[in-house]
Amino acid sequence: MDQQPHKKNTAVVTVIGRDHTGIIAAVSAVLTEQNANIQDIAQTVLTDVFNMVMLVDVSKADFGALADALRALQERIGVQILIQRSEIFDAMHHI
Amino acid sequence: MLNTAEILQTVHMIAEEKLDIRTITMGISLLECAHPDPVQMARRIYDRITKKAERLVRVGEELEREYGIPIVNKRISVTPIALVAAAAGDPLPAARALDAAAKETGVNFIGGYSALVQKGMTPADLALIRSLPEALSTTERVCSSVNVASTRAGIDMDAVRMCGEVIKQIAAVTPDGMGCMKLVVFSNAVEDNPFMAGAFHGPGEGDCCINVGISGPGVVKRSLEISARGKPFDAVAEDIKRTAFKITRVGQLIAREASARLDVPFGIVDLSLAPTPAMGDSVAHILEEMGLEKCGCPGTTAALALLNDAVKKGGVMASSHVGGLSGAFIPVSEDIGMIEAAACGALSLEELEAMTCVCSVGLDMIAVPGDTPASTISAIIADEAAIGMVNNKTTAVRVIPAPGKTVGDDVEFGGLFGRAPVMPVSRYSSEAFIARGGRIPAPLQSLKN
Repeated sequence: MDQQPHKKNTAVVTVIGRDHTGIIAAVSAVLTEQNANIQDIAQTVLTDVFNMVMLVDVSKADFGALADALRALQERIGVQILIQRSEIFDAMHHI
Repeated sequence: MLNTAEILQTVHMIAEEKLDIRTITMGISLLECAHPDPVQMARRIYDRITKKAERLVRVGEELEREYGIPIVNKRISVTPIALVAAAAGDPLPAARALDAAAKETGVNFIGGYSALVQKGMTPADLALIRSLPEALSTTERVCSSVNVASTRAGIDMDAVRMCGEVIKQIAAVTPDGMGCMKLVVFSNAVEDNPFMAGAFHGPGEGDCCINVGISGPGVVKRSLEISARGKPFDAVAEDIKRTAFKITRVGQLIAREASARLDVPFGIVDLSLAPTPAMGDSVAHILEEMGLEKCGCPGTTAALALLNDAVKKGGVMASSHVGGLSGAFIPVSEDIGMIEAAACGALSLEELEAMTCVCSVGLDMIAVPGDTPASTISAIIADEAAIGMVNNKTTAVRVIPAPGKTVGDDVEFGGLFGRAPVMPVSRYSSEAFIARGGRIPAPLQSLKN
């Protein structure tokens, strides 16, 4: 645990909100524009609530610009969009 | 590979249960800033802090953005100023330099306008303690602490008497006595505490380091509601341990990452459950979730003992270096459940004192009537110091004798500092007890060698 953080350069994008058409398309378009490569997607709709979790490679992206672009998209399409470096999930759930 | 349930749990903890990193605190040694000329000393202090902590706030904000977790405070702790200002004689220019450096670096508080006097006071310690009313009323972000006791040294009752008097003076010269919330009187103060107002960078610390304080009472409470409602205490303890582990791992990640980006060694993670006045961020509500009608009723000390111990057991394996205060905090004004309990009379000063035997810190952010005599405040400090001294633990007192206010009134501190109902204190006098002065000898517990 004392070593320097292991840089994986992957991030998790979480999208939660009322389901409507075009959410995946809109998020994917921003990721493409920002040079973030989608590696995995899991998506469910439970009682009209849309839940999507994406694993993306951000090694070629500018993290700050990507986060800003996703925030702008969140305002535009009215669902909650979060991007977080994946280490936080590894730290919390895996020993 | 994605585990959606785990990811959504983390997102939920942050968004709904107020999981956050309470503070990233950079500890900076100022020993090299000592100078016989107060002006030179102040310049050295300002230059050193602004250089070392230049990027602290920016890096904190970067980490917030990249990991999606709020880092509520970015702060600085420094070498106790009584040591740094000993050569100059006058500590006040150092207070002004600290305040200016805090503003320049963008941190909301800077701690370490402090003196360690558990066994006696040097002229510099005396000067610092006497300067506190002016220092805390003329600066905005400077926090102060005085360590008046330790298990090894006993209790310096002269310092205890002075602290009671100084607290009254600070209350008189700051609006609603609010300057008092920037002064903590300790027994067994720790050198690597990242939390304000008691943070300082101890003389045994290195040149510079990063200490992180975690939080998350809301996460613990929610988890108990879901997984342990109605179950025996074994299940409660297990559930708290599991949650504390997860919270601390996030703290460790942020601490390591901040340390790498700032190129400053990682010090410790402080495993404290720090509440805020926001709904769903209360330590008192965790105790109530265990089955107490109101925090402060019989059973509260036992519930807190379990909570405090389980947080440590869960957290200790999650971090490579655990330190600071590491325990549940019970500040009255900063915890909505504590505020409610104190306001309805369920929580008394005496019950709070009992609670401090089994958790972190002590009588914290408590408003008492404005006409409380200095000797009574000193005696409250002495009681807390004795608990710390005998039990080998840190205890502290941060009380606000709010001028003109009495039991039934409230003191509004604003923001994260919340609101404190003025609590009753004993009407009987401790005057003659405090007038004695001298030292209470170190207890038998100190003879360990």
